[in-house]
Amino acid sequence: MRARRNRWISIAAVALALAASTSSFAVQPDEILPNPALESRARELSRELRCMVCQNQSIDDSDAPLARDLRLLVRERLTAGDSNSQVLDFLTARYGQFVLLKPRLGWDTALLWAAPGVVLALGVAGLVGLLRRRSRPGHAEAEQPALTVAEQRRLTKLLGEGGKSTGPSA
Amino acid sequence: MIAEIGHYALVLALALALVQSIVPAIGARRRDDTLMAVAGPTALAQFAFVGLAFVALTAGYVTSDFSVVNVFENSHSEMPLIYKFTSVWGNHEGSMLLWVLILSLFGALVAAFGTNLPSTLKANVLAVQSWIAAAFYLFILVTSNPFLRLAQAPMEGRDLNPILQDLGLAIHPPLLYIGYVGFSISFSFAIAALIEGRIDAAWARWVRPWTLAAWMCLTLGIAMGSYWAYYELGWGGFWFWDPVENASLMPWLAGTALLHSAVVMEKRNALKVWTILLAILTFSLSLMGTFLVRSGVLTSVHTFASDPTRGVFILAILVLFIGGGLALYAWRAPMLKQGGLFAPMSREGALVFNNLFLTAACATVFVGTLYPLALEVLTDEKISVGAPFFNLTFAPLFVPLLLVVPLGPLMPWKRGDLLAVVQRLMGAGIAALFAIAGTLAVTSGGPVLAALGVGLAAYVMVGSLTDFAERTGLLRLPLSTALTRARGLPRSAFGTMIAHFGLGVSLLGIVCAATWGTEKIVSLKPGATVSLRSYDLSFDGLVARQGPNYRETIAKFSVRQGGNVIGTMEPAKRSFQARQSSTTEAALLTRGASQLYLSLGDPGDDGSLAVRLYHKPLVLLIWIGTLIMFIGGGLSLSDRRLRIGAPKPARSKSTLQPAE
Repeated sequence: MRARRNRWISIAAVALALAASTSSFAVQPDEILPNPALESRARELSRELRCMVCQNQSIDDSDAPLARDLRLLVRERLTAGDSNSQVLDFLTARYGQFVLLKPRLGWDTALLWAAPGVVLALGVAGLVGLLRRRSRPGHAEAEQPALTVAEQRRLTKLLGEGGKSTGPSA
Repeated sequence: MIAEIGHYALVLALALALVQSIVPAIGARRRDDTLMAVAGPTALAQFAFVGLAFVALTAGYVTSDFSVVNVFENSHSEMPLIYKFTSVWGNHEGSMLLWVLILSLFGALVAAFGTNLPSTLKANVLAVQSWIAAAFYLFILVTSNPFLRLAQAPMEGRDLNPILQDLGLAIHPPLLYIGYVGFSISFSFAIAALIEGRIDAAWARWVRPWTLAAWMCLTLGIAMGSYWAYYELGWGGFWFWDPVENASLMPWLAGTALLHSAVVMEKRNALKVWTILLAILTFSLSLMGTFLVRSGVLTSVHTFASDPTRGVFILAILVLFIGGGLALYAWRAPMLKQGGLFAPMSREGALVFNNLFLTAACATVFVGTLYPLALEVLTDEKISVGAPFFNLTFAPLFVPLLLVVPLGPLMPWKRGDLLAVVQRLMGAGIAALFAIAGTLAVTSGGPVLAALGVGLAAYVMVGSLTDFAERTGLLRLPLSTALTRARGLPRSAFGTMIAHFGLGVSLLGIVCAATWGTEKIVSLKPGATVSLRSYDLSFDGLVARQGPNYRETIAKFSVRQGGNVIGTMEPAKRSFQARQSSTTEAALLTRGASQLYLSLGDPGDDGSLAVRLYHKPLVLLIWIGTLIMFIGGGLSLSDRRLRIGAPKPARSKSTLQPAE
């Protein structure tokens, strides 16, 4: 437990750094495909696939052995003539949705994808409602409650005083 | 002995915090000046005792006192002195101690400099601040005590995690924490206002400098963390949309919104209720960030084990303060009076637009970060939400925001004419068109989206300067007149302009580095050459060297451009004996705002070495932009209006000032 606790560190980038604490780097020279078009597609796909043993890293960034296996697998499928979406389908069938860093739209992720739009729409609706209420005639007066008798008396007194001396100060 | 003094000081600080959280609040309720006056000295004493505890722990590190568990686990006698200091907060317990140190510092600052605050407000603010402090002192003492001893002191420590042995650890966490914790002041002010049931423009004037200072530090803290990750992690990325990064981005987004809504409140007495809510939310998000990082909720599924009592404790703090704050808000906010009216097309309107989109962006990050967790709890289904999702959803929310950035300062208060303002931004529009055309020409029709990004950056930069140019008559009047006029402008106007300009600079850096960065991954033998863009790097050989607490292998490269040597690059691999672990040190070569980035991979069987070489065009602008934002904030903070605080009657006739 103690030894593990050590690894607790203070801050964002650092916790992230830990994930790569044995860092060398991800894509190795021997993995690269001779065909540059296929290779760039492989890199593009790698950025959308999660290294499942790492902490939120794509297989493009990770140097874990599993990430390497996945990178090689992606390249194998591409060389075999798969399209990008076929590769993603293949990996999702094998490893589940967890492998995709950009989850597919479905019932389970509908809220996730809708969130930005919903929040924005709610905000706009709230603002429009506020403006409507405000622009209703007589609203400004209704908002301020009338003075109580005591307040009215005090006001008269203050105004009277002000008239006598230098006038109300700013 | 020193560790025990530190421990004892922390207990005393807790006792003081308990007194400070109750007595002044009662005093404020009964309007009893004596009880309220307790808050000031206790706040100062709290800071002194937490400071003493912090010094005690630091002393343990500097003297390598391995009988203290925390020092044993995170230090090594051969570590350079600077890392002995920084490793104080390079671990869970010490970082929490830094957290409360900054918390008590802010409390002490309010006590010392809040002399012109109404006495009840000051008492309430300090009481609320002390509730937070007491909760965290208790957390440290119960679950994360850094002063525990070992029965038998070992001869040598286990060393600090090698990745943390970097100057970044000296800069990034303190700045980030000042930002996080600084928002506690806005929170305390908001809660105090709700308790009193009274809030006015003067309140916003007191809150704004604190929020601004916290925002500045958070901005720089996040940026420095990003730069640290960029050079330390060895693959040249600067933002990963990692949950822990998101945890710091959320308070930043909410804090930025708060900063802008507080302006409306101060100037126009409007948006009060919303500003209070934002102040509560911003600090709640800071607390949540602490919870997410500390409890291990987001990471426990994977590599890291965590202590469940800590998670539960922080969760309790979280529920108490966020739940309590929001409940108080729901109860008291309707009683606050609504303020000044304004038309939708006005500066207030522009700032509301800013708040709307910043809040939506913040909500997007929030949902994206916590959705996988919620889904797994509810349905047992595991999904990942990573960079591709955030890039796709965050950018569309930020583009409209950036389009409105230059518009805001040009809009008049109350009621404005959009058409007139758009006409004034003609220059910025033309600059954007030129930037787009220029980019497309240079990159021979490269990615259109990126060209539009460059255009947007140019628009934000030129647009931010438009207000300044118009108010001083720059380019229209003689330079000397313009300069005289510039001197007459309030510093906060300069601050706004500079901070917005910095935003454009950062955007330009992000677009350029992300779009036109190139890389090469190759295996090299000594004597071989690799070329990228116009640079040729030749691998001269490997050299071994002994560092203070590590051994390193340096690969020497000389860099040529057009046949001339322009520099050397020496990426290295370090192996740390104490922890049996290694790090890669990337080498950077800066050319203007662009960088060459070289990092080492594994050696091959045939004596070759794998290297990864990047060219990152204009990448430094990302961080230079945030630095400019920081400076803008600082200028605004030094504005006379904020320094003076609330309006006060002039003390003498000689201090007559021209009307602003």
